[in-house]
Amino acid sequence: MSRRILGGLARIGLLVAGLVALGLAWEGYKAWAPADGVSVAGVRILPRTNDAAMPHLSAVWNVLHEEQVASGGAISFGPRPTVLHGLVDACSNTLGWAAVGLLIGLLVGAALAILMDALSVAERALLPYVVLSQTVPLIALTPMLSRWGNGWGLLGWEWTKATSVEVIAAYLAFFPVAVGLLRGLKSPSAVHRDYFTVTAAGWWRTLVRLRLPAAVRHLVPALRLAAAAAVVGTIVAEISIGQPGGIGMRILEYSQVTGNSAKLYAAVAGAAALGLLAAAAVTLVDLALWRYHRAGAPS
Amino acid sequence: MSAPAVTAVTSAVEITGVTKTFTTRSGPVHALTEIDLSVAKGEFVSLIGPSGCGKSTLLRLIADLLQPTDGTVMVNGKTARQARLDQDYGFAFQQAGLLDWRTVRANVELPLQLHGVGRSARRARAEELLALVGLEDFSGHRPAQLSGGMQQRVAIARALAESPTLLLMDEPFGALDEMTRERMQGELVRIAGETGAAVVFVTHSIPEAVFLSHRVVVMSPRPGRITEVVEVPIGARTEDTREDPAFFAAVTAVREALRGRPAGDVAERLRDVRGAL
Repeated sequence: MSRRILGGLARIGLLVAGLVALGLAWEGYKAWAPADGVSVAGVRILPRTNDAAMPHLSAVWNVLHEEQVASGGAISFGPRPTVLHGLVDACSNTLGWAAVGLLIGLLVGAALAILMDALSVAERALLPYVVLSQTVPLIALTPMLSRWGNGWGLLGWEWTKATSVEVIAAYLAFFPVAVGLLRGLKSPSAVHRDYFTVTAAGWWRTLVRLRLPAAVRHLVPALRLAAAAAVVGTIVAEISIGQPGGIGMRILEYSQVTGNSAKLYAAVAGAAALGLLAAAAVTLVDLALWRYHRAGAPS
Repeated sequence: MSAPAVTAVTSAVEITGVTKTFTTRSGPVHALTEIDLSVAKGEFVSLIGPSGCGKSTLLRLIADLLQPTDGTVMVNGKTARQARLDQDYGFAFQQAGLLDWRTVRANVELPLQLHGVGRSARRARAEELLALVGLEDFSGHRPAQLSGGMQQRVAIARALAESPTLLLMDEPFGALDEMTRERMQGELVRIAGETGAAVVFVTHSIPEAVFLSHRVVVMSPRPGRITEVVEVPIGARTEDTREDPAFFAAVTAVREALRGRPAGDVAERLRDVRGAL
């Protein structure tokens, strides 16, 4: 038990060390390389380091505390929110959409995997399309989805732009779940499958007591991919659908501000933090399910 | 269809005219032809023969893991399928086949849990079975923390969980070292005696088959068939049995049968041995 806690602390320590190293590399390069980068025979081989391309980390930090310029020209009264407030709001909106998308993706992916595992006909019929689904460019898909979805509604619930964003996130997230879980469901060895046949366990009990527990070690890495894909999918969908209020539109907005890239980097850092948060959430799931895939380790 | 009520009273296993043919890409493979075998209640029968003689196939037919191409397999007077659904037998595989995310006790509880036995009842039963196989101190361990022999004992406890009247074992000690193997054989004889279960035991080892069994069924390959059934006229097994002339006589008889020579009667062979001494 204490070994697990120590292991966790060591991981967090490494994460922090990694961030510090990244920061040092950034500032070190900025200090070392010329402002206009390094060019050989007219081809730039090292990037520019001026403040527009690579702001100081302190500048990114400072911009967080600046007052936020209300987007869309709306005038608000009272204490003005800072850029940090705005980013936290945007990130939490994006996180909410990504979480709904991940949940839908998880359910759809799991349903598909269980169906494909149960019926080999379904596997042969569906798996090629599952793979094919990921080759459709999202940029093409999102406006279509909005056009189909908008206006639908059921029992007071209505399909909004945000729904389209969530569906896109789900569309990316379901794939690793379906493929990873299918592999996991098929992972029990012949002796285990025979044992469940011999005990007349039936399909459902074999699924619950053998196939799903055995699938956990394949599912956890798939979930990690799915969580990252849900965040990326949400951000891309926000931009291509034009859903305001999330970090995606904030990045787009700040990227159009000329001369001050600190805000853009702040927003990108926010998006990166979202990815870390998603990964951390999966790690919690991982820890909760540890006995299913670290069975060999002494408890 | 002839008088199943009678077989239900006398036999644990009744195999009549069984043939099993596998269709493969390179043509049909005759795994078993014309097998007749009857195992009485409480009887210990070993199936022995070289690789490919179909002994495991025969065991899997009894367990309803395979279905015969021809002939009938009856277990406790029922079809093999019905016996499987009724859980009339326990099965132990060559690999222990424990679920490594469950504790030892939870593994033994698994069949009971699958069949809806309540938590406290299955816990009590599991503790009892672990005591029977001498692993009561390991109930909270995980399978990966146990040696191969201990894992196999857990698998046997699991196979016994529902007090089956028949135990099917497919080379369960095949992966164990010789010392562990002999100890496990002694324990199996004791457990079979205590539970009164009939046992059908597949093995490669002649001494193992002789030590454990009332009868040794000798099989040969291509096509898989029973060539001889050797009666083993030895009384209660102890560790001394392994040094008993009767034991050696039976081992020799099985070996001769495996070589395709008539085994003769073990008791007669024993008299010859004693005369020579």
